[in-house]
Amino acid sequence: MNETKKVLTSPLVENNPITLQVLGVCSALAVTSQMSTSLIMTVALTAVTACSSAAISSIRNHIPSSIRIIVQMTIIASLVIIVDQVLKAFAYDISKQLSVFVGLIITNCIVMGRAEAYAMKNPPLASFIDGIGNGLGYGLILVIVAFFRELLGSGKLLGIEIFPLVKDGGWYDPNGLMLLPPSAFFIIACIIWVFRQWKPEQNETADFKILSISHGEGGHH
Amino acid sequence: MANGNQKTGYCQTIQAKLDGCEHYQKFDAYKQKILALSNDSLEKTIAIALALCFVCAVLVSLAAVALRPLQIENKAMDMKKNILEVAGLLKEDTDIHQAFAQQIEAKLVDMATGEYVEGQDVEAYDQRKAAKDSAQSDAIAKDKDIASIKSKAKIAKIYLVKKGDTIQSIILPMHGYGLWSTMYGFLALDADGQTVQSINFYDQAETPGLGGEVVNPNWRALWQGKKVYKDGKVSLALIKGVVDTNKAGAEYQVDGLAGATLTSTGVTNLVKYWMSVEGFAPYLEKVRTTTDEGES
Repeated sequence: MNETKKVLTSPLVENNPITLQVLGVCSALAVTSQMSTSLIMTVALTAVTACSSAAISSIRNHIPSSIRIIVQMTIIASLVIIVDQVLKAFAYDISKQLSVFVGLIITNCIVMGRAEAYAMKNPPLASFIDGIGNGLGYGLILVIVAFFRELLGSGKLLGIEIFPLVKDGGWYDPNGLMLLPPSAFFIIACIIWVFRQWKPEQNETADFKILSISHGEGGHH
Repeated sequence: MANGNQKTGYCQTIQAKLDGCEHYQKFDAYKQKILALSNDSLEKTIAIALALCFVCAVLVSLAAVALRPLQIENKAMDMKKNILEVAGLLKEDTDIHQAFAQQIEAKLVDMATGEYVEGQDVEAYDQRKAAKDSAQSDAIAKDKDIASIKSKAKIAKIYLVKKGDTIQSIILPMHGYGLWSTMYGFLALDADGQTVQSINFYDQAETPGLGGEVVNPNWRALWQGKKVYKDGKVSLALIKGVVDTNKAGAEYQVDGLAGATLTSTGVTNLVKYWMSVEGFAPYLEKVRTTTDEGES
């Protein structure tokens, strides 16, 4: 039971797919200008990651290694199409907003990363939970980024006005940069900084050490 | 408990029937043989690939077919909602289907002559599809294609709001390229074919908060009462900044979208195109003359 809990919660902060594994950043830039799209994207990605991990894990002993990536992609792509169809049938407005991004879940590195790194070696249930955990870890960052982008960029949260805008007679002059994808870089960087201050073990060791001149080898010859 | 037993009983009958079937026995034997093979053998690789494709294809087609009616319904509903909205008939508790059926009349218009097309199924006609079909559309010459849409359908689907026999509003479909996307929308005009009632865009993917503000109700409200034609030419356009209402010609100008120059240019161009001779000018001309005749 403890093990299960660890599989579920460790991707939230300790092994977060975005801040530590630095996967899935592309969609974290694209869908975070509003909270509502981020939330739906989280649900969609979590469903796809969990189901694809479980499916891949259940046939992992019979996947020929020469075509394993294609097998994984086929399963993931099929699930993404199903999710897209379901959204179009039951949440039409949101599927219109997400438009191309649902299709792009196929290329989201998190789904494939978990399939290759975890589901190929672990049993289906554990893989399913790992998929949920990673989906939620991704969603946590998405929601934090979207919170700042929507609040500072359009003065709203989940479409409800928080800061009245100048153009509607209020006092808040929105920050246009926050509406553009690059602003997510700054916010994600800040989140990584906060996480690494909080959990210093996440800091990577430097690849090489910079020598100081006094100990350097390049003296005078 | 009894239910559970019944279920297992049922499964057992199916299993027994399958076991009795010769083809299934062959299939089962083959399956066992394949599963026992080494993962890297060529035969297993091909068999697994085929089996996987088959299962995935069945799942995807099932989802697509089973959900299609709901999706079509959603699309039609969304379209009706947008048309009611641009006609100013949408309130919070409106029953969309009923309001649409009672107050809106769809018509087909021949783009070249401006005449109504009779004897074709209005309901089933899809202008967006027709615009992509070379048999039902005309290519637009490069120098005339200011809205960057490459081709237009020969027949347009428009909507009329009538009170008795008099036209209250004419709702015209328009589309054109913005910064990232083709923007699809409607323009509602008075029966004079000159005064704008409202505008909306139901399908666009401009930058949210900048170009995406084409859907902002406050900006769209600025269009009300603007005029399209000045001395027979399309003059309505978006300008940079805010329109000075005291200046002459203000009725032909709408505030541009702040921070979205290319989207604003796109909107200007698509209005210019669809209101020109290439677009709905012949039709609007016909509407004006028939209403005049009716009055005199």
